[in-house]
Amino acid sequence: MATEFHNLQELRHSASLANKVFLQRDYSEGTTCRFQTKFPSELESRIERPLFEDTVKRLNIYYAEAEKMGGQSYLEGCLACATAYLIFLCMETRYEKVLKKIGGYIQEQNEKIYAPRGLLITDPIERGMRVIEISIYEDRGSSGSCSGSSSTSGSSAR
Amino acid sequence: MLHLRVAEPMRECEYSQISTRSSTPMETPYKKRTPKRRKWQAFPGRNKFYCNGRIMMARQTGVFYLTLVLILVTSGLFFAFDCPFLSLQLTPAIPVIGGVLFVFVLGTLFRTSFSDPGVLPRATPDEAADLERQIDVANGSSSGYRPPPRTREVVINGQTVKLKYCFTCKIFRPPRASHCSLCDNCVERFDHHCPWVGNCVGKRNYRFFYMFILSLSCLTIFIFAFVITHVILRSHRYGFLNTLKDSPASVLEVVVCFFSVWSIVGLSGFHTYLISSNQTTNEDIKGSWSSKRGKGNYNPYSYGNIFTNCCAALCGPLPPSLIDRRGFVQSDTPHPIPPTNGTTMYGSTQSQSHMMCSGEEPVQDLSCCHTPAAE
Repeated sequence: MATEFHNLQELRHSASLANKVFLQRDYSEGTTCRFQTKFPSELESRIERPLFEDTVKRLNIYYAEAEKMGGQSYLEGCLACATAYLIFLCMETRYEKVLKKIGGYIQEQNEKIYAPRGLLITDPIERGMRVIEISIYEDRGSSGSCSGSSSTSGSSAR
Repeated sequence: MLHLRVAEPMRECEYSQISTRSSTPMETPYKKRTPKRRKWQAFPGRNKFYCNGRIMMARQTGVFYLTLVLILVTSGLFFAFDCPFLSLQLTPAIPVIGGVLFVFVLGTLFRTSFSDPGVLPRATPDEAADLERQIDVANGSSSGYRPPPRTREVVINGQTVKLKYCFTCKIFRPPRASHCSLCDNCVERFDHHCPWVGNCVGKRNYRFFYMFILSLSCLTIFIFAFVITHVILRSHRYGFLNTLKDSPASVLEVVVCFFSVWSIVGLSGFHTYLISSNQTTNEDIKGSWSSKRGKGNYNPYSYGNIFTNCCAALCGPLPPSLIDRRGFVQSDTPHPIPPTNGTTMYGSTQSQSHMMCSGEEPVQDLSCCHTPAAE
């Protein structure tokens, strides 16, 4: 991984980020985390629609699982309250566990499906869960420059 | 040399394997360079941070210290002056229960005051540009005048809800989110800004706030009842005036508790009602879901029964903080090549945020804990 990262450093400067597409949140089911599955027109030539929709649907399922209110989450809530929330010093919340799973899933999807097509999905948690940001890269030169980028929120001085 | 165009159909790509590790708030494996600043130092809102970003509060914290002093002094006097007598005459369980309540009150107070209420991070420049483009397309390009208020409508559980565009944060606010003018942040499930705890009360700290006021009600009533008991018992033995001489602190405690108990118990009752109907203070004060607004008006977020509403508010999953206070600021931000970028963006100045044309009036409320929620 370290060597790849080094390549990334070099490629980054010669990479050509063509566009960014943002998938907004879908609030039709309330405030729970869901993203719109509408296929953006900019991606039509880049990736097959079923693959893309599959990814977004899978993410929606994961988020629904994180926010699900059932026996387990109630138990966790009551236990946390009983221990004055100190238990979270040693234990992760279920939400955080699922977010880690999502991070792993996005990475896997990027490696297998999106990067070979010159696309990159940014984890929504890095965008405050507002959008799924998909970066579209132009292939420039035979080296096939594609680099990961994550513009972080708050980096622009206000 | 392959010149690949976006308009071409699907083709074989010759992209080399790229590292897709992006730093997430939860894992920061490599620092590409040595960044010196943490994100809280570059935070655009009007918050104060302590302990290197671990603690987050509003700018004005004077009233919070007053709350803390009142609780500490009253409880301290109770333990020092009343408990010795009561534990001997009645039962040592009194200081024990009092102690447990006291610790619980302080714990929930600190948790409410120091945690992130659910602040929504501001949009990145690319996101803001993308939204602006969408809005311009929807409204048609306007002249120099301010375009009409930007809203989006969404149907939630059969109820039409308007999502407002926040000029400061450059996002369409999620349902139930509101912009706090004091902290200059959009907060999810915004309840109100509480000066007594020195923070906003929102999605992530509402349950702590509720448990704080509930336990504080119990503590106040507890102290009040037992101080009165103490004074009465002592008066029977030594006379009323002697009692006042021996234990002057009791008078102070009674006065403080008497005046606090009405507002705190009242507030607890109010929030119990809000929780059971799954509303926020903001929504209740504005009458968003009241039947007076229209026949078909109902709360789309309510689960239908009180028990589920309570469980959801108090024991539901706790989402993590979205602002990643202690992460490091990454200075390199590649932007897409123009012409996609470069649309005019409204400058986010303070004056801009005050001129919000959302049409919401400041929420005026006489209750001491509720300050204007949105502009």
